[in-house]
Amino acid sequence: MELLDIRNLSARVEGRPILKNLSLSLKAGEVHAIMGPNGSGKSTLAQVLAGRSEYEVTAGSVLFQGADLLAMKPEERARAGVFLAFQYPVEIPGVNSTSFLRAALNECRKSRGQAELAPIEFLKLVKEKSKILQLDPALLNRPVNEGFSGGEKKRNEIFQMAVLEPTLAILDETDSGLDIDALKAVAGGVNKLRRPDNATLVITHYQRLLNYIVPDFVHVLVDGQIVRSGGKELAFTLEERGYDWISQETAAPAGAHP
Amino acid sequence: MTTTLDPSKDRTPRRTGRPAAPGTLLEADPSHPGMSLADMLAAFGPGDSDSAPAWLKQRRQAARAHAARLGFPTVKDEEWRFTRIAPLLRLPLHPAKPPARRLTGAEIAPFAFGLEGCRLVFVDGHFCAELSSLPAAGGDLQAVSLRAALAGNVPELERHLTRIAGNEAMVFTALNTAFFQDGALVCAAPGKVIAQPVHLLFIATAGEAGAAAHVRNLIVAGARSEMKVLETYVSLSGAPHFTNTVTELVLGAEARVDHCKLQEENPLAIHISAIQAQQDRGSHWTSHSVSTGARLARHQIQTIFRGENAGCILNGLYLVRGEQLADHHTVVDHAQPRCESHEFYHGVLSGRAHGVFNGKIFVRQDAQKTNAKQTNRNLLLSDDAVVDTKPQLEIFADDVKCTHGATVGQIDEEAIFYLRSRGIGLEHARQIMVRAFASDVVERIPLEPVRARLNLMLTERFQDNL
Repeated sequence: MELLDIRNLSARVEGRPILKNLSLSLKAGEVHAIMGPNGSGKSTLAQVLAGRSEYEVTAGSVLFQGADLLAMKPEERARAGVFLAFQYPVEIPGVNSTSFLRAALNECRKSRGQAELAPIEFLKLVKEKSKILQLDPALLNRPVNEGFSGGEKKRNEIFQMAVLEPTLAILDETDSGLDIDALKAVAGGVNKLRRPDNATLVITHYQRLLNYIVPDFVHVLVDGQIVRSGGKELAFTLEERGYDWISQETAAPAGAHP
Repeated sequence: MTTTLDPSKDRTPRRTGRPAAPGTLLEADPSHPGMSLADMLAAFGPGDSDSAPAWLKQRRQAARAHAARLGFPTVKDEEWRFTRIAPLLRLPLHPAKPPARRLTGAEIAPFAFGLEGCRLVFVDGHFCAELSSLPAAGGDLQAVSLRAALAGNVPELERHLTRIAGNEAMVFTALNTAFFQDGALVCAAPGKVIAQPVHLLFIATAGEAGAAAHVRNLIVAGARSEMKVLETYVSLSGAPHFTNTVTELVLGAEARVDHCKLQEENPLAIHISAIQAQQDRGSHWTSHSVSTGARLARHQIQTIFRGENAGCILNGLYLVRGEQLADHHTVVDHAQPRCESHEFYHGVLSGRAHGVFNGKIFVRQDAQKTNAKQTNRNLLLSDDAVVDTKPQLEIFADDVKCTHGATVGQIDEEAIFYLRSRGIGLEHARQIMVRAFASDVVERIPLEPVRARLNLMLTERFQDNL
């Protein structure tokens, strides 16, 4: 069975259509990359999957492990195992990182019928997971993302993912604003979290990240539609020839060429 | 339940409407013209002048005369522009009688915070020795009821009582001077550090409308002494009672005081309070004013720097809902150079609640190198909640640093989505955000049980609005 099955999905924001009849499916154990020019709808897809209410789904369906994902609230999606690593993680002054994450993990555990983790057990888990991301543990005593550098925010996203152990991780432009060391650390973290029973959807503008997180499939999103799918080599072609190449090819309907 | 009213002496804005039906609660009738100040002076009589020392009798008399001249404020009065006291004046005000029955330890336990150290309990403004635990006489800390201290002729009293908070300040302070029944005298000896907080607990039990308790406290921190004082105001009855409390605080040179006041009275109560501090050279105090109760709560918090290098932090939190109003008026008088004041007032409001903040800072001509900072932040959880916020800086020196800022906003929906996207439910996410908003102010309070109570209140209080 597909882990995630997106069928003919259309969505708009503020009345403007962004996603147009998009279909995509992921199986457990797979890594898919979605690439595309700015404004093609990449982040909209991520937000729709996470359940942001500003994005209105006008047609289509999304099944996650056979369940209707679009009928679920954002928190229910998270508890079911969907995780979005935000492109712009929000700073939340006054909310301690550690207690926030413990509350989140315990909500997820409760919904799976698991016992809540006591503070001491949780701290052990945090220590272990923060090593994977080479995340400064001092950051976790601070309010969520407050005063974090761009790189620290992105590492923190993947750290949260490591703690919550989602079945489907969606990384929205996780590489943007990262220097090469941070990029390696983040990618290394994602790779360590890969398991045969989970899947990752990597959304990126550049091929660079895909050197470190090697995808099984690459999809090109242009104007709200997947216009081409292929193996990891498709990313190299895009890097070489740019998005214009593919946009031009798809803009001209078949048979229109002389 | 009604009282005699003389409409000719009424100074409150009048509304036309039918008169109150006999026997109904005045509080419930907005068309009632209300009590005048002369009515109140008549209702409260000449006070307890028999046993009081001559100097106090004299001051009480002067205060009565002053109050009569001032009359009750209206919204035309700049200091009361946003706060209508009509709900107070519609009450059949009368002196709260000594409680008919003795409270048990179990009844006060929820308000005692499990604090060690000494505690003075007042019921309807009357000292209750059985529920209090006083420090041993002759030690570093003196904490007694004001009435007992007046009988014993403590020298601090004549020097400071009613002198720190003068009559000029507010008509309610003058009324307090005229009518105060009791209160606490707390003194730390010079150079002594009092480790345990002193808890002053004021409990209203009167079952009838309009019972008024006038409470007066005097706190004297000797030079280089340190102490913590917690004042708590609660109701065990649901009746619309009136508390008018004044605390005078004297800080000797380099003294340090942490003063925390919790106002948790019932939602029909009227609470009017003044805290006036006077600071000698190098002294520092922190005021925590937490206001969650009462229908109308007015907090006047003032300090004057009488020596250089003194400082204060005025920290405040108001949590109001329904028809509640919480008003903080602060005055920091930088009368001397090189003093620092920092004000942080945060409010969370829901329903049709109303928050008022007015922060006045004087920087006198000689007060060079003054550092004064003031912030007021408000979180609105409903469309109908209202906030009036006003900084008032009067600066007569040129080498000073003064900043102020005020915000009024709603819960950050981006943050809510972020929390939900990690598995935290909507309601829980909103609770987290409300707690976070108040956390700066809460974390400044040095008493852990008080912080825990506030965090619980922040979680539960706005449940219906989240």
